Amino acid sequence: MQIFTCPFCGPRDEREFHFAAEAGKTRPDTTRQIDPETWATYLHAQRNDKGRTREVWMHLPCSELFLMERDSVTMEVFSTHPLRKEPQ
Amino acid sequence: MTLRLPTGGLIDRSKPLTFTFDGKPHTGYAGDTIASALLASGTRILGRSFKYHRPRGLWGAWVDEPNAIMNVTLDGHEFPNCLATTTYLQGGMAARAVNTWPSARFDMKAGLDLFHRWFAAGFYYKTFMWPDWHLFEPLIRRMAGLGAVSPDHLDTYTSDQTHDRCDTLVIGGGPAGLAAAEAAAQSGQDTLLIDDHAQLGGTAHQLPQIDATPTADWIAQRQSAIEAAGGRILTHTTAFGIYDHGLVGLAQNGPFGTAPRLIRLRAARIILATGAIDRPLTFANNDRPGIMAVAAAAEYLARYATLPGRQIALLANTPQADTLAAQLTQAGAQVTHVDPAQSPLSARGGKRLKALQAGDRTHPADTILASGGLTPLVHLWRHAGGSLAWCDRRNAFLPGTPPDNMTATGAANGSFETDEALEHARATGQNTPAKRPDPKHHITPHWPAPGSKGRQWIDFQHDVTLKDVELAARENYTSVEHLKRYTTLGMASDQGKTSNMPGLAAMAAIQGRPIPEVGTTTFRPPFVPVPIEMYHGAHTKQLWNPLKRLALEPQHRAAGAALGEYGGWLRPGWYGKGDPVQQAQTEALMARQTAAIFDASPLGKIEVMGPEAEAFVNFIYYNTIATLKPGKIRYGFMLTEGGAVFDDGVIARLDANRFVISCSSSHVDSVRTHLEAWRQDGNDPDRIFIHDTTQHWATLTVTGPRARAILDTLDLDTDDFPHMSLRETSWQDTPLRLARVSFTGDTSFELSIRASKAPALWSALLDAAKPLDAGPIGVEALSILRAEKGFLMIGKDTDGETMPHDLGFTAPRQKKSTPFVGDRSLHTDKANAPDRKQLVGLTVPAGAPPLPTGAHVVTDDEIPRSLGYVTSSYLSPTLGRPIALALLENGTDRMGDTITAWHLGETRQATVTAPCALDPEGARLDA
Amino acid sequence: MTRYSAFTLFREGLRGHKGWSKAWRSPEPKPEYDAIVIGGGGHGLATAYYLAKNHKITNVAVLEKGWLGGGNTGRNTTVIRSNYFYPESAALYDFGVKLYEGLSRDLNYNIMFSQRGMIVTAHSEHDMEMAARQTNAMRLNGVDAELLDRDQVLKRIPLANTRPDCRHPIHGGVLQPRAGTGRHDAVAWGLARAADSRGVDIIQNCEVQGFITEAGRCVGVETSLGPIRAGVIGAATAGHSSVIAQMAGLQLPITSYALQAFVSEPLKPVMDTVWLAPPFATYFSQSDKGGLVIGGGLDRVPSYGQRGNLPMQETVLAGLAEMVPALAKVKLLRHWAGIVDVTPDSSPIIGPSGLDGLYLNCGWGTGGFKSIPVGGWLLAHLMATGRHDPLSQPFDLTRFPTGRLIDEGAASGIAH
Repeated sequence: MQIFTCPFCGPRDEREFHFAAEAGKTRPDTTRQIDPETWATYLHAQRNDKGRTREVWMHLPCSELFLMERDSVTMEVFSTHPLRKEPQ
Repeated sequence: MTLRLPTGGLIDRSKPLTFTFDGKPHTGYAGDTIASALLASGTRILGRSFKYHRPRGLWGAWVDEPNAIMNVTLDGHEFPNCLATTTYLQGGMAARAVNTWPSARFDMKAGLDLFHRWFAAGFYYKTFMWPDWHLFEPLIRRMAGLGAVSPDHLDTYTSDQTHDRCDTLVIGGGPAGLAAAEAAAQSGQDTLLIDDHAQLGGTAHQLPQIDATPTADWIAQRQSAIEAAGGRILTHTTAFGIYDHGLVGLAQNGPFGTAPRLIRLRAARIILATGAIDRPLTFANNDRPGIMAVAAAAEYLARYATLPGRQIALLANTPQADTLAAQLTQAGAQVTHVDPAQSPLSARGGKRLKALQAGDRTHPADTILASGGLTPLVHLWRHAGGSLAWCDRRNAFLPGTPPDNMTATGAANGSFETDEALEHARATGQNTPAKRPDPKHHITPHWPAPGSKGRQWIDFQHDVTLKDVELAARENYTSVEHLKRYTTLGMASDQGKTSNMPGLAAMAAIQGRPIPEVGTTTFRPPFVPVPIEMYHGAHTKQLWNPLKRLALEPQHRAAGAALGEYGGWLRPGWYGKGDPVQQAQTEALMARQTAAIFDASPLGKIEVMGPEAEAFVNFIYYNTIATLKPGKIRYGFMLTEGGAVFDDGVIARLDANRFVISCSSSHVDSVRTHLEAWRQDGNDPDRIFIHDTTQHWATLTVTGPRARAILDTLDLDTDDFPHMSLRETSWQDTPLRLARVSFTGDTSFELSIRASKAPALWSALLDAAKPLDAGPIGVEALSILRAEKGFLMIGKDTDGETMPHDLGFTAPRQKKSTPFVGDRSLHTDKANAPDRKQLVGLTVPAGAPPLPTGAHVVTDDEIPRSLGYVTSSYLSPTLGRPIALALLENGTDRMGDTITAWHLGETRQATVTAPCALDPEGARLDA
Repeated sequence: MTRYSAFTLFREGLRGHKGWSKAWRSPEPKPEYDAIVIGGGGHGLATAYYLAKNHKITNVAVLEKGWLGGGNTGRNTTVIRSNYFYPESAALYDFGVKLYEGLSRDLNYNIMFSQRGMIVTAHSEHDMEMAARQTNAMRLNGVDAELLDRDQVLKRIPLANTRPDCRHPIHGGVLQPRAGTGRHDAVAWGLARAADSRGVDIIQNCEVQGFITEAGRCVGVETSLGPIRAGVIGAATAGHSSVIAQMAGLQLPITSYALQAFVSEPLKPVMDTVWLAPPFATYFSQSDKGGLVIGGGLDRVPSYGQRGNLPMQETVLAGLAEMVPALAKVKLLRHWAGIVDVTPDSSPIIGPSGLDGLYLNCGWGTGGFKSIPVGGWLLAHLMATGRHDPLSQPFDLTRFPTGRLIDEGAASGIAH
């Protein structure tokens, strides 16, 4: 059982988390023409890195999305960051 | 002939226990295992091997025993595959050797051994192909298998599961583990020491004294020192695996037959003091009953005061063997020391061992104690990712590069002698780096000799011999994993604890490669077999997947509701004890003729608030929501980004910055997650808030031609309140949200009120309904009512491919100018294809039975092709004929066509219609 | 090569099994081949075998980074079935089952395909409606299927939980009689032996580290044993497909997850079918040796770590105890995990990779074992002809931009 650290709630059991997506995907502007390949890449293509990864996860009890950097082989977690902007 | 010594051991001679083995009565003592009691009684044959049914005795004294496996019955319950060496004896146990009949001693299948030459490794891959494997398989399956499972269901399979943590976990309570735990606890670490025996001490019991202190006192001193320093000790507890992020799985055993407690432990530091096991010597007939590990004999002598035999040939060259020889001699046994370097070696005798033949010398013996050296138990080390390093001096794999936060000490670290282990253990306990002590003795290798004569066992339980390894090498199954899988070496219930080292050494010798180059197979958890119930915990029966319960459940029960599961909720299916189908018909008819009350509380009530709420819901919904006025309600769809309909339902606007999403009952959690994910992606999460209030409110629907009359009775004003409006009002001084929406096609009101006030509202509605011959209806009747109107149920009348334009909602796809989730996916080739499945109605003539739900609509080709399927089908009591909904390829172009419905090979005709079968003009809505 | 038969076994038994030849050679790689298959698991070996058998291309190398059959081929729960809803899937997987039905004799290696049937149970009236939809779909697709009621299920699974407090009582189920289990290692070994005997070089401990491209075309691979050139290259590297794709500069619609499997101590026969109970997220069968072979869903964390973790273990094993309470006292012997390619629609990817000269066979998710022969057959066809077999056409990568996903999960009403 892995322990992930929610930036808002602290370290918690992996069962409280949901893998949302790889980090770095931006939704294309759908008010413009988008060719099918671009849309399919946005929807489906994955880096699926073996080793260090950057992913977006949701902590289900608090519903916050956050960024997690971890190793997909050793399962070591390097860091977690909130996605929302820090208050100025 | 008893082999029990008059004194000594850890057994309680004041508590004799009677039990049976293979039907024969025996006596042992409290503290015995089944194995030690049988050994003491002189019973030699405790089991049979898996393939050849060779008679087998004890090799080991604990978890490495490959032979003595028994079904044990106690208090009327039978437990399969109990290892006799780790099962502590209880009075009244009835043990039977598995896979034998009628007994281990006289086994009907013993004759199989005569044909062994044809049962070599992998023989089954080379035959049984003609005419078909399934012809041979049943017999082979009956021959295989160990214990039988008794079919009586046990009610006692709930196990405890707990979480725990500590600074330092010491695994193994032998001399090194005790010393390490004491040092750790005394240096202020929160220390937990575990040992899988019932008593601490490990191999210490084999020694008369440690540190010039009698052993029993030494152990007691360590134990009290650990506890005095705040350390904890768990005995009869096995660390069965180490998992990601350092989680240690502990199985804490209770009395026989009860489930072990699963402890999920996290330790900042783990000290591995798991000890070592003897490895067998490979020589002719080395599987005979009476051939036992040196370490096992030492355990039987020390713990159970039992000799392994009277006339003993000691075939070993370890210092431990010398110590044991002296002890056995002192205890009255006759011991002959034989150098294992002599060759050839062979055991003589059958069910009774007669002699050890070494070269040209014959040593009469009833027992051979053998050791090819010690192998550290490094399973957990490997689970955690540590590497192994080969040691030529010890002839063993030792812990190499450590995993995070783990240190090995004692015999697990290659220090096989207690005095040399203790210093390292203490330093390790104090968390002081310590070098592995150099071994005092070098172990001369005695590995299997390829090409040598006789049947020489490598894996006792699975009957893998040296010749099988040679065969695997000949056929090029030389990778250590191929060797294992082809010969089944190491795959028995001891998982190779005795067989892996000789097996890979044999392969190394055959190929002329060094042992470390051959490598080991992967060490997989669990370290010892653990019962499935341990993983189960309280996660059982109704708690497997707890149902959500309605606030009004007691009222529904009082009203005679038949409660059932609908989308994760326990809801009234219908009311009354009659035939369910008829009951639903009656309720549906009542709803159409007068009025009905329906508990719609599970309907989602997710509030979306904030200055950007409008833009957000407009983006989330397929339909345009931005134009919705406060106090108004709109029906719409949420889509996945792939364009499929994810949920349907109504959304109400309370004011400029506040919406309530009424999603499907079973979808509330997933819709909330969906909303949250989008809220935080590309939006300013400080300007949109999402709050799920579903279970704060109870919702009661009043529907039917007399619905208004019922609301009038409650003094709820329904004037100037058109369809798809919402009003925040109050009832009995409690806020009430009144919505006019209809899932039945009749005039309908949804009344939402604080859940604690729901019983009062429910009673008031029923009281008002009664004089009108109206009353409550369940989910079954509602399903009919909505189907009559062609209203879909998500997941039933749609599937994961359905897009909104398949359901007749085409406008936003063509016209909505702002982005929304799934927008681009509505214009792929597939989305534009002419053969999409669209929602239609199907009718059959009055008097015919309803079409089966799940029937397919097919082409009339010789080999019919599926065009879609019936998703909902009922008898409509109002129309007096069957109705059905279907997803049908190109369905909107088939209106009026006669189609063929196909169900399990039977066909029927039906006519394609619009989904709505009742009141298509909508006149009833404002009746 | 010694032919396997009852007669040769008898003869060899008499002479100490000295006459058996190597099941396959261990050749040094040549500098160039007509075709290279990356991945010495079931799919890769089947590709090589069918290149040789169907297309007479025998100058072929299979490159395996570890030991052959050591990936998912040797880690699965050995279920073979074709109980699929959509015609494209049914056609693909049922051809796979048909190839399995003849595979032992075709390979002259007993892979022990045991057609004991597979039951997917239904646990509510809604489940029964979906079971009817599924059964009809299978039969219309030409796949054998029977809709069972509760009594018919209990007759085949006498130990199933019938207690009144069971959370998900059995209402019925869908049976595919031709489904069953096979001996997974034997499939790899049998294919390796048959491919080797037709001249294919199987090179173990040879890791592909990059692609050699010339003028935009893939013409070979860099390996731990040096460069090897080839006319055409196929990759069948389940679990690590994205890693291979990255070497070719491609991204695939694949996420890697660990899928766990479990085996119990051997028992005398308790069940003669394969049983999947969806609400318990668990399925199991019993091996010929007697062990219960148990599986369930994916671990929740994307992973390349070939090991299991407790949360899913607890779910799956608790599910088993709920399915058959009498098995709760049975002991778990071993558990392990493989890494599977998960695609958005849980259907495989077979076709051109996007890099000229490189073809893919990947994305089989949790169902790669049952498709070993058909996956190899189709990749071999692509490599030999440069064109799709009609069976593999729908599974081309182009289904993602066209939206023509083949989503069996969608058929069960789940939008995801």
